[in-house]
Amino acid sequence: MMNNPPEEPPPAVHARGLTVRRGTGRRPRTVLDAIAFEVPRGRITGLLGPSGCGKSTLMRTVVGTQAHVTGTLDVLGRPAGHPELRSRIGYVTQAPSVYDDLTVRQNLDYFAAVLDPGRAAADRRRAAVDRAIADVDLTGRATALAGKLSGGQRSRVSLAVALLGTPELLVLDEPTVGLDPVLRRDLWNLFHEITETRGVTILVSSHVMDEAERCHDLLLMREGRILAQDTPEALRTRTHGATVEEGFLRLVDEANARADARADARAESPTGTLETETPR
Amino acid sequence: MNGARTLATAARVLRQLRHDPRSIALMLLVPVLMLTLLRYVFDGSPHTFDSIGASLLGIFPLITMFLVTSIATLRERTSGTLERLLAMPLGKADLIAGYALAFGAVAVVQSLLATGLALWFLGLDVIGSPWLLLLVALLDALLGTALGLFVSAFAASEFQAVQFMPAVIFPQLLLCGLFAARDSMQPVLSALSDVLPMSYAVDGMTQVLTHTDMTADFVRDTVVVAACALLVLALGAATLRRRTP
Repeated sequence: MMNNPPEEPPPAVHARGLTVRRGTGRRPRTVLDAIAFEVPRGRITGLLGPSGCGKSTLMRTVVGTQAHVTGTLDVLGRPAGHPELRSRIGYVTQAPSVYDDLTVRQNLDYFAAVLDPGRAAADRRRAAVDRAIADVDLTGRATALAGKLSGGQRSRVSLAVALLGTPELLVLDEPTVGLDPVLRRDLWNLFHEITETRGVTILVSSHVMDEAERCHDLLLMREGRILAQDTPEALRTRTHGATVEEGFLRLVDEANARADARADARAESPTGTLETETPR
Repeated sequence: MNGARTLATAARVLRQLRHDPRSIALMLLVPVLMLTLLRYVFDGSPHTFDSIGASLLGIFPLITMFLVTSIATLRERTSGTLERLLAMPLGKADLIAGYALAFGAVAVVQSLLATGLALWFLGLDVIGSPWLLLLVALLDALLGTALGLFVSAFAASEFQAVQFMPAVIFPQLLLCGLFAARDSMQPVLSALSDVLPMSYAVDGMTQVLTHTDMTADFVRDTVVVAACALLVLALGAATLRRRTP
């Protein structure tokens, strides 16, 4: 239960000129190209874009596990990767990162002990583990080995780990990929419940555009750049699209047209500098 | 470093192992079977069995823990759990000490079985204290854990990790004095064997084999093995990166 202060709270994530290069060798690839964006507190921000556009890299950068980062990136009032943030952020990688040779409960017990160590905290840990298992609806499978679960169940174990220890920011990398429609709806209901009742900020990525409508805010990404940051309604209105998907495609076409124009301009003056797109 | 997190990590590693009874059986029974085999290979020359058997009591824990740790940490890296742990408030030293503690405990059980069998059933003739044999075996296990942890950083797959076994362990095995006395080797190889930690592991075992008391050489050997293990553990810690490309 968050008390909303009268003034606008500072954003959970604030990025300016954020650039990430990956790969070794003489020509590293620019995965994020001087991007700027904000993730408002207490809301669900969807990061949408085609596969390979840099969504996972952006999320790893926010969590602080990405190397070769330049630019400004503040997370919960601290520079990304600050040691203090490690217990305040819950992170779910795209592939479920749990121990296949442990049961669901043993997995959660261990990660809970890392977050809240010591014998004195044993009762608190047990309650946190029970709640996390209930949150992802796996109470009936708590004693099953994670490796024996279905793909969707394993990714829910991974999500449960991120829910331990009441994080202020949840970073979820494609948590609903490969899930059936019922589970997807349940998970989205859970995300909304978590933001509303626990005041948690969620940054969630997806390459499925119909999930965009379930987010409060959207970051549309393409080829390492932010195409737009807006609410789903505003985006549809601005692009005159019936759906976010239509709006996204229209923005992509515009961006392509601008890129072509720039390429022509560069061909005329080879020393011309690269412009960066600023989000609106 | 946090004691509770280290213990939680060690307990987790052992819990993972408990779900894999076949690996436990292999880790505990293979040294026992090999020693038995060796005893009857050298049926006609019990002295050879004494020297080789004692050396093997030090080499088994090193090889087993090297293999187990390199695969276990590689799985930790490839499954994403390492990235998750390092994004959490877990110290690198907690993780490494947790692994060393868990596999050290397994090594104690393995060495107890192997040493007990060798001394009381296979007639291994050791002049020194069996506890000193156990101490060297434990330090060797720690060295194996350290080497495995370090090497796993350079393997992209379990296939590669297994190939590091012959690359890292076999040269030490050939030069450690098991097959030929170290001072009788070609001078370059003899000098090389002086800087390889397994040579000291085997020398330490030989000291226990031939002396009733702790000799100065024994102390030097154990200190060298322990220092190497700590050095390689520190190198292994340096390969755990919170930020990866």
